[in-house]
Amino acid sequence: MMKPVFMTYTKKDLINLAVCMVLSVLVIPSFITTEYWYTSILIPWLCLALATIGQQIVMGYTGQLALGAAGFMAAGAFAMFNLILRVPDLGFVGSLVVSGLIAAAFGILFGLPSLKVRGIYLMVATLASQFFIIWMIDKFGWFKNYDSSGIITAQDIVILGKPFTTPLAMYFVCLAVTTVLTLLAMNMARGSTGRNWMAVRDMDIAAESMGVSLLRTKVQAFAISAFYCGVAGALFAFCYLKSLEPVAFDIKLSFKILFMCILGGLGTINGAFIGAAFILLFPVLLNAIGNNVFHGAIDATIISSIEQVIFGGLMIIFMIYEPLGMAKLWENIKQKWKTKFPTMNIKNLTSSIGKKS
Amino acid sequence: MALERKFKIGKPILEVKNISLSFGGVKAITDTSFDVLEHEVRAIIGPNGAGKSSMLNCINGIYKPQQGTVSFKGKEIPNITPNIMAQMGLSRTFQNLALFKRMSVLDNILVGRKLHTKTNFLEVAFQLPKVKKEEKENRDRSEEIISFLEIEDIKNTPVGKLPYGLQKKVELGRALATDSSVILLDEPMAGMNVEEKRDMCRFILKVNDELGTTMVLIEHDMGVVMDISDRVVVLDYGKVIGDGTPDEVRSNQKVIDAYLGVEH
Ligand SMILES: Nc1ncnc2c1ncn2[C@@H]1O[C@H](COP(=O)(O)OP(=O)(O)OP(=O)(O)O)[C@@H](O)[C@H]1O
Ligand SMILES: [Mg+2]
Repeated sequence: MMKPVFMTYTKKDLINLAVCMVLSVLVIPSFITTEYWYTSILIPWLCLALATIGQQIVMGYTGQLALGAAGFMAAGAFAMFNLILRVPDLGFVGSLVVSGLIAAAFGILFGLPSLKVRGIYLMVATLASQFFIIWMIDKFGWFKNYDSSGIITAQDIVILGKPFTTPLAMYFVCLAVTTVLTLLAMNMARGSTGRNWMAVRDMDIAAESMGVSLLRTKVQAFAISAFYCGVAGALFAFCYLKSLEPVAFDIKLSFKILFMCILGGLGTINGAFIGAAFILLFPVLLNAIGNNVFHGAIDATIISSIEQVIFGGLMIIFMIYEPLGMAKLWENIKQKWKTKFPTMNIKNLTSSIGKKS
Repeated sequence: MALERKFKIGKPILEVKNISLSFGGVKAITDTSFDVLEHEVRAIIGPNGAGKSSMLNCINGIYKPQQGTVSFKGKEIPNITPNIMAQMGLSRTFQNLALFKRMSVLDNILVGRKLHTKTNFLEVAFQLPKVKKEEKENRDRSEEIISFLEIEDIKNTPVGKLPYGLQKKVELGRALATDSSVILLDEPMAGMNVEEKRDMCRFILKVNDELGTTMVLIEHDMGVVMDISDRVVVLDYGKVIGDGTPDEVRSNQKVIDAYLGVEH
């Protein structure tokens, strides 16, 4: 009989959480000292994973084929810039929350078509949000504070009077926000909120017959999704890009997030982190292979084409053979491992280590 | 059936008046009226394509009939939607299974508790104490239903992986979880063997008996229908051709000609 400590957490969840926290708070900061890892890998990873959670909520959980995450990220990023500029009393955390809420408002607006259209048609409809938001920011100078240079520098992050400007400090900011929002997303996904989402995804007419309102559930999913994307966009601009330019949030980024979502595994929260890591690290790995194995004999443009081809291939393979993505693959590997070595569980492992030392 | 019932059959709880429904040129239902009494087991029978499923879909608001009205609990419902009917206490199952395939049995049944869930998404996100309390109540009720239906061993299995007969059971469970006063069952025993059918009959009668839930079911197995229902309405080509107790219907010449004639 499973008796969770808290309602939605099992013992296993708490162990996983503890491991993740120890890794990210203690192990990574003490072993990784190169700035490159923070500024180019860990920070964007956390930001994009957060946006992917947003994509998961609307696509993986609620089954609405939406494509426009980057648009909501742009809304969040520019909202953040303007809030810090114009309403400094709000503070960094306050501005971050309000930025998310502003993105959520756009999410509601552009989620409304989901009540009428679905599938590829919805994808086209949500694509409109992407273009509209970017167009709006470009069109009205107010959003960029009438800066004509095109690229605006993001303000420094100050929380409770303390500056967070080093890569490590920014990593911690991203980590804290991502951790909190991930936990909240998990609570929703596993609770009654998530059941409503999945019911709408799996069989909308039956969901409605059980009293689940399609209107409320879909609009809610779009709003929450856009909130996550908005916050992710703000962090992406302030901690990773350190600048604000609409082109950074183009359709390519939306597709990237869509890929992260699908490769990671639709309808999983941890899949968002796996998918984001894979898509971010894979090009790094390919480049490393190009440089070290072929000693730069292969042109960089060819490498990036190879990257596209492999991504495309993987997408197709996953869609056909493992729609639940890498998160499911990981589960399967763990399962196989367990059946192969039934005695080798954590307890034995730790006790044998204990004996040796 | 002759035994003393805890919930005596009462007044009409559901009344269908002069319903007509057509799809383009196809007339699925023509000017059909009948009623369902509180606490009874009411069967709808008829040959394939008679309009039985369409009738349930009209009652629960999935189809909008061109003519006619549906009254529930003494009120005529003007704009029927599945959601409104669910809120008024009417639940259902579907002929072709409409389960949430990727969700576990327990989660499917928990969705049935939706209308007993009052907390909003923010409260769920922050896991406020009242969310935990409500979730526990809903889980307890769902577990009760699971053990009543004798499906404890599969409660964590995704329903898409279950055989047809078990899926039918889960669908009944989901409808039961709503604690509705009326449940519409569209061929709950289709594709089951004799033993499974007997179990299903037992569950339906037990729920009707112990909770007083009014049951409206579509069924092709005449033996089952005659056995468990209080009254039977017979549809043929979208029209009522017989309505009464199983014995009355059985001896109705029109029914014998139209229905039994087609079947055998
Ligand atoms: N959505 C629909 N679109 C078009 N025609 C429909 C639709 N639903 C039902 N029909 C038609 O309405 C008629 C009645 O169908 P219905 O499914 O109600 O019959 P039924 O009595 O439930 O039959 P069965 O015993 O095979 O389930 C049939 O001729 C069917 O083709
Ligand atoms: Mg039918």
